[in-house]
This record gives sequence, C-alpha cells and structure tokens, in this order.
Amino acid sequence: MVHWSAEEKQLISSIWGKVNVEECGAEALARLLIVYPWTQRFFDNFGNLSSPTAIIGNPKVRAHGKKVLTSFGEAIKNLENLKATYSKLSELHCDKLHVDPENFRLLGDILIIVLSAHFGKDFSPSCQATWQKLVGVVAHALAHKYH
Amino acid sequence: MLTAEDKKLVQQVWEKVSGHQEDVGAETLERMFAAYPPTKTYFPHFDLHHGSDQIRGHGKKVVAALGNAIKNLDNLSQALSELSNLHAYNLRVDPPRFSSQLLAQCLQVVLAVHLGKDYTPEIHAAVDKFMSAVAAVLAEKYR
Repeated sequence: MVHWSAEEKQLISSIWGKVNVEECGAEALARLLIVYPWTQRFFDNFGNLSSPTAIIGNPKVRAHGKKVLTSFGEAIKNLENLKATYSKLSELHCDKLHVDPENFRLLGDILIIVLSAHFGKDFSPSCQATWQKLVGVVAHALAHKYH
Repeated sequence: MLTAEDKKLVQQVWEKVSGHQEDVGAETLERMFAAYPPTKTYFPHFDLHHGSDQIRGHGKKVVAALGNAIKNLDNLSQALSELSNLHAYNLRVDPPRFSSQLLAQCLQVVLAVHLGKDYTPEIHAAVDKFMSAVAAVLAEKYR
C-alpha cells in the first residue's frame, strides 16, 4: 500500500482543485498523440489525426481526454485504495483495449508537463515530485490486472 | 530522426531561455533529485540542498553541453563524442536510455514552467525527440 503524507495530499488537492478537467484532459491526450504518434494506434476510429492542429481540434480527442482525466480524479479521491478503484479499468485496458502499460507512464509524464505549463512557478519541485509519484502509482494500479 | 522543423523549434526554444540558462540547469537538476531520489546516488559528494553552489555549477555544465548539442544538431554524434566517452567509461551512469528520461522529463517541466502557453505541443515534441537523440548518442559506447 502506498503511503501519502499530509503534505503530499495537500500538494495534490491544491493543484487538482484548480484544474479544468476538460481542458487539461484534452490537452494531455492531444499531446500524447502528437509527441508519441505511435499511440494513435489505439484511436483508429477518431477520424482526422493527421497534424497537431487536427489532433488538437478533434472533438473525439477532446471528449476522450476529458473522460480519461475525470477517471484520474477518481483516483485522487481514492488514494488509499487505488488498485481496487482501478481493478475493472485495468482489466479493460488489458483484455479489451490491449494497451501496453508503458503508455500510462507516457501519459502521466505528459500530464505533468501540461500542469507545469498551466501553473508555472506554482508547480514547485516538491509539487512535481508528489505528482510524479501520483502518476506512477496510477499507472501501476492500471497495470495491476494485466496477465 | 530530427526533421528540419524540429531543429528549428529546438533552437527557437533554447533562444527563448537564453539569459536564464543557468537557472534552467540548476532547476532541472533540483527537480530531478526531488522527483527521482535514486538519481542522487550519483552525487554522494554534492551538497544537494536548494541553491547549492554545486548544483548550480553542475546545472551550468549540463546546460552548456545541451547548448553545444543544439548548435550542432546536424552532427550530434561528433559534438557529444567526448561526453559519450565520459558517461560510458568514467561516470558509468545508468545508461542514458533510462536515466536520460528522468533528466529530460525535468528539463521539459522547467521549460514548460518558464514558457507556459508558449510551450506548444510542437515544441514539446521537438524537445522530446532532441533529448532522445542526445540519450542515444550518450549511450552509444556503453558496451
């Protein structure tokens, strides 16, 4: 079980409280598809992903980004119980979606860069350290049911 | 790997932080030590407190090396040859395949913090590719 100090919980909630889940989610997913184009393999039915502009403007990307980050919010509400919270999602990503868990790590790192750009200096080194830990733990929980 | 456009973007972004390059170096290292404690194992001889002269000094070295690489994007292998030897034979830091990801992530965070909206997805992609190329060159001589 992962331990979260009071300070870490504070650093997580103070940032999360100010995040626009729709905007941030859309941006993180768009950047994943732009910076690591091979990740587009999971989104064949998303339509036009032919350029950064197309990706950023793509309504399916926006919608899915929002979905993903909303789910992330659930993780934040259940920090003491992540593996259980993500049990079904983990099975889904393995059995139906066939997503290599490495992609969760990539998305986590990108989310952190998006937060950095939004929050600037407020995204301090200790803030980043806590969030790197969070995305790592989320990625791990999502990979937990893989077989 | 790096297209002409990527090279242009990397040069542009580097120009945007010229003047703050020392800060960028120190902050990148500080973030790396905070977020990835195992990276500290390579610096047992350093004072790793915030603002330490050694972190500043080393950050300056790292940034100068990256700056040099950016001036020589058409010939990274040669430009980084000395550093490649150093990392492989002397420093023997965990191969840049792995450790460079951590440094690269922190550099990206610092650039994003400084540039905000100007840290566009296109620039993000170009810098990511550049850091991968640097890691590949540094790892060349490991075995």
